[in-house]
Amino acid sequence: MPSYVITEKCDGCKGQDKTACMHICPNDLMVLDKEKMKAYNQEPTYCWECYCCVKICPQQAMDVRGYADFMPLGAASTPLRGTEDIMWTITFRDGRIKRFKYPIRTTTEGSIAPFEGFPEANAADINNLMLLGEPDIMGVTALPTKK
Amino acid sequence: MREFATEVVETDVLILGGGMSGCGAAVEAAYWAKPLGLKVTLVDKAAIDRSGPVAMGLSAINTYMGMDGKVTSNPRMPERFAEYVTNDQCGLARQDLVFDVARHVDSTVKHFDKWGLPIWKDEAGNYRKSGEWQVMISGESYKVIVAEAAKNAMATLGDKGQIIERVMITHLLKDDKEPDRVCGAIGFSVREEKIYVFKAKATIALMGGAVHVFRPRSQGEGFGRSWMPPFVSGSVYALVLQAGGELTQMDVTFVPPRFKDSYGPVGTFFLLFKTPATNGYDGAYVGGYPEELKAWEPYASAKPCPTPIRNYEMILCAKEGKTPFLMHTNRVAERLKSEITDPKALKKALREYENEAWEDFLDMTIAGATNWAAHNVDPLEKEMELQLSDTVFIGSHACSCGSWTCGAEDLMPKEYVDSFPEQYNCMTTVKGLFTAGCGVGACAHKFSSGSHVQGRIAAKSALKYANDRKGYTPTLSDATIGKFKETILKPMSVYDEQCAYTTSDDVNPNYISPHNFLFRLQKIMGEYVGGWETLYGTNDKLLEIALWKLAFCKEDIEKLAAKDLHELMRAWETVHRYYVGEACARTRLARKESRWPGYYYKFDYLKLDENEKHFVNVKYDMDKNEWSVLERPMIPII
Repeated sequence: MPSYVITEKCDGCKGQDKTACMHICPNDLMVLDKEKMKAYNQEPTYCWECYCCVKICPQQAMDVRGYADFMPLGAASTPLRGTEDIMWTITFRDGRIKRFKYPIRTTTEGSIAPFEGFPEANAADINNLMLLGEPDIMGVTALPTKK
Repeated sequence: MREFATEVVETDVLILGGGMSGCGAAVEAAYWAKPLGLKVTLVDKAAIDRSGPVAMGLSAINTYMGMDGKVTSNPRMPERFAEYVTNDQCGLARQDLVFDVARHVDSTVKHFDKWGLPIWKDEAGNYRKSGEWQVMISGESYKVIVAEAAKNAMATLGDKGQIIERVMITHLLKDDKEPDRVCGAIGFSVREEKIYVFKAKATIALMGGAVHVFRPRSQGEGFGRSWMPPFVSGSVYALVLQAGGELTQMDVTFVPPRFKDSYGPVGTFFLLFKTPATNGYDGAYVGGYPEELKAWEPYASAKPCPTPIRNYEMILCAKEGKTPFLMHTNRVAERLKSEITDPKALKKALREYENEAWEDFLDMTIAGATNWAAHNVDPLEKEMELQLSDTVFIGSHACSCGSWTCGAEDLMPKEYVDSFPEQYNCMTTVKGLFTAGCGVGACAHKFSSGSHVQGRIAAKSALKYANDRKGYTPTLSDATIGKFKETILKPMSVYDEQCAYTTSDDVNPNYISPHNFLFRLQKIMGEYVGGWETLYGTNDKLLEIALWKLAFCKEDIEKLAAKDLHELMRAWETVHRYYVGEACARTRLARKESRWPGYYYKFDYLKLDENEKHFVNVKYDMDKNEWSVLERPMIPII
């Protein structure tokens, strides 16, 4: 199900050094054609259809077309990802539409403070078995070991 | 040779890979590095927000104990998990490693909850379990959240916490003065003409598993729908081998039974929705072959049935000609209709089922959802096909391949101590080299949460290692670096020197493209080493031919050609895959039984043989081009 870029909507992320899709693609598939200022998928057969590019594109210029070797044409799964949830619109080949909304996170983007609420690490503790927050965070008083 | 700049990065602890294990390692490393005054550097081939197999998201956390009892069912302790995993892998597991993951894994999941991952809970706040070990999540942003925690943790170190993205690691570096010690890694930027040299006291290799070693079932555009993502290229396994490290159970690959073609997940359908699956004639394939399975006792009648035995029932069914396998998602809806009489309650139950069924796909395999829609299939109304899919190497799943790795001091049997030159948790058999997640062998069923926590265990251990060697500085001469640089860039030199010989650079008698090399490797693996092409069967004669043909492949590595940086990345991914393939073929040849028949079986040893109940390990001497096979005993700890 390779990703593709809609010519009319893509603005090449306005000539920045890399586009959003180039930044995010886990398989390094997206390339910016600097003359046309349009991005494209350079290797569609290596596309995992993870939709990372579709979800991040600021112009909503990207979509995915079902892998030609086993999917009939005409269907689409279209995401609209917000800060708290994601809405999916599923378009069937026969035109039926289904819509689903699912939560994606319970905290504000960027707000994670992984060490907050835990004491600062003590150098001497590097030699024990406890990881960050253990054992309290697990709701147990000691780390299990073999009997 | 093209002129590439060289950037040398000096650090204390080097984390290679920013997937689940890598992000776990980053958080833990940052926590301990501060009081120790050590520097941590993480390198990823992609952008860590969406790198690794959790890039798309996940719909469940598959490893959780619930040791505090705050779960909707089945609170468990590590002993039980170690028993379960050992049984699932037909009697062979490093129980010390499995136990270690299990006793820490709840802490990682509690962190996820705190960071903002939506975990399904009941009204009392108990985690909603769907199976013995599974917790349901709304995990579209699972990786984004875990990566944010890693980045924010590393940021607390200031200039002593560094994340470098879009760098492909090709080789580990050995100390010039101590040739048995790993002292960093080398690779190249996939975005600019630059070689990166990393010098470190401790290196943690966390680049995940491998797909595309065996041939995927889809050969057109669907080539990339390889269940596990096509960007996991076996770098950990290849690099550990090339560094002289020992790999274990490289024959024990995983074959996922999934929705056909799209590879939509089945776990939630089986465990949460209790969806019935049958053969094409509405007969049972699960439990349908008791006579044939007698050769796999005691595991065949164990509960729950081990994954490779369940898979083998599908293989036996396919051999009988009774495919397709069908997942009757519609019968769940029919069951609800027969059980719930109140129309309002029924409507609600059906809506809930529909929502959760689609979320399962949309959170982690969007192609599965589109495939339903493309075939006009509403899962509440019609069944879809299942299939055994492509063979993959994924040491964190129901699969045992990976490095032979040192366990925790209070858990590892003394019989294993001598196999490690230095004893630090999660260290490989090579000094200074650590791993976790898919990199650790004989330690199945870690999944996302177990990989994250094992990354944390490895990081703390690597920090301790670096701290114990504060006075150590890697010795790497310019000549050594220059030699690696030449090797890394060779595919580009080959291309530049030869491409003008023919009118089209696609076909040239003097080189081979990474893509064509990959096809050759996959054809050998699939047809001789037990891929889907032979319904996962092989024998010693086929394996001997495979090794003969693989030797030509290995020679042709010298003729790989890359016209640009992207293709150079593909070239090195392919080389890494090659080593994974050869390690697998050699291990399958050495093992004289068929212990995991649903992953692969040998026609010439078609039974489980308890005399063969030991780990089969391989090592490779790069300088001599010599492989060796070792047997390691199975020592239970529970």
